[in-house]
Amino acid sequence: MSSEGSSGPSTATSAVGRKKGSISAFLNNSYYRGIIFQALTIALIVGFVWWVVGNTVTNLAERNIASGFGFLNSTAGFSINFSLIEYSEESTHGRVLLVGLLNTILCAALSIFFATIIGFVVGVGRLSSNWLVRKLSAAYVEIVRNVPLLLIILFVYIAVLQVLPSPRNSFSLFGDFFWNNRGLVTPQPVFESGSGLIFFVFIAALVMSFFVRMWARKRQMETGAQFPVFYTALGLIIGLPVITYFLAGQPISFVFPELKGFNFVGGINIVNELLALVIALSMYTASYIAEIVRAGILSVSHGQTEAAYSLGLSPGKTTRLIVIPQAMRLIIPPLTSQYLNLTKNSSLAAAIAYPELVSVFAGTSLNQVGQAVEVLSITMAIYLSLSLLTSLLMNWYNASMALKER
Amino acid sequence: MSIRSILSKILLAGFGTVLVAAISTAAQAQSTLSQVQGKGFVQCGVSQGLPGFSNPDDSGNWTGIDVDVCRAVAAAVFGDADKVKYTPLSAKERFTALQSGEIDILSRNTTMSMQRDTALGVNFVGINYYDGQGFMVRKDLGVTSALQLSGASVCTNTGTTTELNVADYFRANNMPYEIVAFEKADEGVASYDAGRCDVYTTDQSGLYAQRLKLTDKDAHVVLPELISKEPLGPAVRQGDDEWANVVRWSLNAMLNAEEADVTSSNVDRMLGSDNPIIRRMLGVEGSYGENLGLSNRWAYNIIKQVGNYSESFERNVGVNTPLGISRGLNALWTDGGIQYAAPIR
Repeated sequence: MSSEGSSGPSTATSAVGRKKGSISAFLNNSYYRGIIFQALTIALIVGFVWWVVGNTVTNLAERNIASGFGFLNSTAGFSINFSLIEYSEESTHGRVLLVGLLNTILCAALSIFFATIIGFVVGVGRLSSNWLVRKLSAAYVEIVRNVPLLLIILFVYIAVLQVLPSPRNSFSLFGDFFWNNRGLVTPQPVFESGSGLIFFVFIAALVMSFFVRMWARKRQMETGAQFPVFYTALGLIIGLPVITYFLAGQPISFVFPELKGFNFVGGINIVNELLALVIALSMYTASYIAEIVRAGILSVSHGQTEAAYSLGLSPGKTTRLIVIPQAMRLIIPPLTSQYLNLTKNSSLAAAIAYPELVSVFAGTSLNQVGQAVEVLSITMAIYLSLSLLTSLLMNWYNASMALKER
Repeated sequence: MSIRSILSKILLAGFGTVLVAAISTAAQAQSTLSQVQGKGFVQCGVSQGLPGFSNPDDSGNWTGIDVDVCRAVAAAVFGDADKVKYTPLSAKERFTALQSGEIDILSRNTTMSMQRDTALGVNFVGINYYDGQGFMVRKDLGVTSALQLSGASVCTNTGTTTELNVADYFRANNMPYEIVAFEKADEGVASYDAGRCDVYTTDQSGLYAQRLKLTDKDAHVVLPELISKEPLGPAVRQGDDEWANVVRWSLNAMLNAEEADVTSSNVDRMLGSDNPIIRRMLGVEGSYGENLGLSNRWAYNIIKQVGNYSESFERNVGVNTPLGISRGLNALWTDGGIQYAAPIR
């Protein structure tokens, strides 16, 4: 609202000498007037939403279209070829929603991970002193950024499919991994009793690494001596579970895929749709992230770099310890919106048959039950929640990265 | 709070209200027939391109047996079969477009089913093609029956009954399978062509049409099994009986014309026929057109400009077209098929 509203009720007496408290004096008081207009605006918005909802409900009833959320408990009756949880044709539409949501989150999380790595590498590469690296990075950004995402997705998918052989002539890696035009088939781990212990040790190793980091920091503050935290943590996180695995009598076994009839049986089949989607989304979003990173690094004054060099820090350390932390303050907010875009863009997967939320729930389920209003409201609410969650995490990270003035 | 910002707020609110009001006038105040007559054309919902059923040619003219239903309605209402505008719809959008009044007729190779007829606020007014879901495979797989497809990957597209039928069929026969469901038929066919799936499934008429788009159409074969009943027909909004009658009888007129051997070439001569069936149909006797709210020459115009059912069939999907579909179930009841229209009397 306007900033003209004074901070409290003032005793406004107009120049004409009307009685204080009369209607016009009340209306001429900018504070009360502000309140009235805000109340009016809220009333308009609420009334508008009320009217739209009422109108929708009436029209649905008039057209004899079923409504309500009962369909979530009805049997779906169709199959989904890639699911992180148990799913069969007998499952409900509610289960379909869950499968689609998990598939969306899986593909968004993987893509965010890779897009961030590629984006940072290319972004730093654009500022490299090496001519070739600089030009290659620039070319990557310009090409990928200026092609519509759907085209990239379709291109990657069809291109990937065209080069890969049929299941009978799969590319094989180590004899147990197979890649063909259906997907990437890997051995499937089977967790027997005692494997819970390994998981527990893995968590314990994570916690221990955290404490090692805290202790190393404290020691460096006091003595200046550095401790190889990264390698220690790596050793803990990988080493301890492996040792436990052998001590517990190797409780994890593997089911190896075998070629039977049309395709491999057994093992985990990571469908090519997911691979193509992650490749395309990562590449596309990375080109935007690269520009954000470049801008962030350029925003750090060159004096910082020179000061670091004069202290004898190597260029690598300067970038890692001086430039990037300061650049992050500028990078994180636009990076957040790139993450949000990526998550929402994952819905384009419907074009290449990856069974994510929009494809299975707002697609197949919607068509079976025909209740567009309910299905789309749920879908929209889910994307909104995902976006808000991402924002929340990134804002929290941003606050922890903010310049602390002492 | 300046005057200007107040005014802009009021304008904004007003504008928003008007916008929504404009969108929501889909609330049918008047009957579809008088609306159509008022605007001067029929808005017809068709597919995004299915050869033989509804497909735009190089110059943008739509052709196909589904398109002919819309043209027949336009001929009946306006005496001019060209007064049709087309809205290409995906399987997903089609019912919403009809419910919301965006289109007047949905004539888009759409299967009539109880769920759709009762819960979606639409009415199916006839069947213009009796179809069933089938499978297409590569010839070199050596598969001769759908029962040999255990463990196969199956490509199809979302938003149809095909996914459910595949699930029912494979489960009933205890065969594992993998379904790969694409948003659009084009991507589904392209992926099947690239080897992503062993099988492509949709309505059998669609298989013949999609086979034309493959790189080597002779390397693929349509399996004999039909795994479902897919009666395809035009649909209108529920609750407008007058308009439903117009569409239903436009389709029936084409079938009755075939039965009476009245074609687009002989219809003028037939006006002088002594046969009471033909006289009633062509509006020489009785007031059947007026009962529909149209002119008595409604059926004459359909037959003259669109042709009878047989002409439409042979022109678009018949044995002499690239699709090469025989009449089969879609032959008249007098010729061993099941196409049977109620009489005009």
